[in-house]
Amino acid sequence: MNHEVGVRGRKWFRALTGSDVVKAGDPASVLASEVSLATGKALFLCVIPNPENRFPCVRDGQVGLEEAYALAAHIRTAIAEDKIKPSKDKRPIIAIVDVKSQAYGRREETAGIFLAAAAAADAYAAARMAGHPVISLIVGHAFSGGFLTHGYQANRLLAFDDDGVVVHAMHEEAAARITRRTIADLRRLGHEIPPLSYAIRDFAKLGLLHQLLHVEQPDNPTDAEVTKVRQALIDAVADCAESERGLENRWTNDLAAETRKAGIAVRKLMEKQWQET
Amino acid sequence: MITQSSVFDFVQRRSFIELDARARAASLLDSGSAIELAGPFDRMQSPWLPLQGVAPQSDDGCVVLKGRIAGKPAVVIALEGKFQGGSIGEVSGAKVTTALDLAVRDSQRGSLTPAILLLETGGVRLQEANLGLAAVAEVIASVLKLRPYAPVITLIAGTVGCFGGMSLVAGVSSYVVMTREARLGLNGPEVIEQESGVEEFDSKDRALIWAIDGGEQRVALGMADLLAEDSVDDISLAIRTCLVKGVPSVHRSELVDLYRRRIGSLDVREQIDPVQLRAQWGETEMKGGIR
Repeated sequence: MNHEVGVRGRKWFRALTGSDVVKAGDPASVLASEVSLATGKALFLCVIPNPENRFPCVRDGQVGLEEAYALAAHIRTAIAEDKIKPSKDKRPIIAIVDVKSQAYGRREETAGIFLAAAAAADAYAAARMAGHPVISLIVGHAFSGGFLTHGYQANRLLAFDDDGVVVHAMHEEAAARITRRTIADLRRLGHEIPPLSYAIRDFAKLGLLHQLLHVEQPDNPTDAEVTKVRQALIDAVADCAESERGLENRWTNDLAAETRKAGIAVRKLMEKQWQET
Repeated sequence: MITQSSVFDFVQRRSFIELDARARAASLLDSGSAIELAGPFDRMQSPWLPLQGVAPQSDDGCVVLKGRIAGKPAVVIALEGKFQGGSIGEVSGAKVTTALDLAVRDSQRGSLTPAILLLETGGVRLQEANLGLAAVAEVIASVLKLRPYAPVITLIAGTVGCFGGMSLVAGVSSYVVMTREARLGLNGPEVIEQESGVEEFDSKDRALIWAIDGGEQRVALGMADLLAEDSVDDISLAIRTCLVKGVPSVHRSELVDLYRRRIGSLDVREQIDPVQLRAQWGETEMKGGIR
């Protein structure tokens, strides 16, 4: 699962959009491009490492202040431009996800990174609620606050079926330390307890993913595989029903019925009790 | 200035911070109006903690009270900082999301139901890792659903503070009320020290922590709306003030251009001085405090 965070993200962004040039006004750590997907254009977004970043704590592909607000700004522009269009004509928003985490820095805390992250999550959710199909394609790491900022508000989550793909709340070393376990213990527990696992196939058991995509060479996109991934994105966009605006699909599916039994029971009980009051 | 009457007030006040989550939530609602949903006798507890040798709690550290404030419907959702650091797991997350979604449903049917979130939390519960992270994303989505209908008010009283993914929930709220003792930030000081080194953040430097994350600073920067004293009366008044203001015309997390400009003009060659930042940001368009 060792993998240089952000490199894959950039490769797939270029493969799917034909370019990886940073837009004027954007930080060098954010890629945004509008290209045609199926019948109309779609907005692709990606966060990549910039070793020269003026904020030292985001140089390895973390999501920081400028990244969060740049993502939010692009999404808000798309929402505004498509405002009067019917839902079927609103441009899809595709987040290509390969992020190490949020930025762990003092500058970021001082300037309120919690609000920056909230603004990006808000923008993604606002697009979803306005009727834009929002799709996340997880090609590498999707960690913690980085993923909450960039991608986790999507209608549909797609991930490569590959050992280099990890969705998690905290990286292994820190999670082991905080829960007072060895990394070996943590890995063993992960096999038995799916939400703890760092394996994408265990994450898939939680019912949160729309699709696991098998690609032969996730680090070197071939033409055939790019075509296949693009088709998966088109299918995922088409799968977002016009009336669908929320995240209910994440707990109303067969996998969630098994893995998220406790949460579903809570919802059922509270709905009944709320009625009775 | 300390006077005889201010000392008397201090001694007489009923501390909010000293209350547990259930008593905090109840103190905000009209007396006799509160009904607890998925309460401890319903035994909705974490299925994941016992598998890891950790004792679960019969309310999973989350209290949901439906009731009335000043005669009008409201739901209060309180996280118990004393259980697993107020962390969000599958069950506590589902309680928060469901309460918000039911408030949306009532609001859509004409019975406007604001939500008050009492957040004392370090964020995702690592023993439930990916289900905790998923829950945070769902809570954010549900706050954003309710926000156009009725205000969502986050109250951070202390002493745990509001960190991790749940700080985004504060970020998307209509209003944030804090005490001086409370802290709000994405990464707690210990986490930053661990990940980026003690020279980046010394987690033992309490003055530094409060200068950055503390309630007074967050309100002065315009990132929180009201500063309340640690008293049941003062906090209750702050919450009612927000309820009277109603749904803000623009939410803080929508002010993308303003903050993008602000961040863009920051000099970050050295660490940012919190006091200077206050002078820079506190006096401009927002003036801090309620919009």
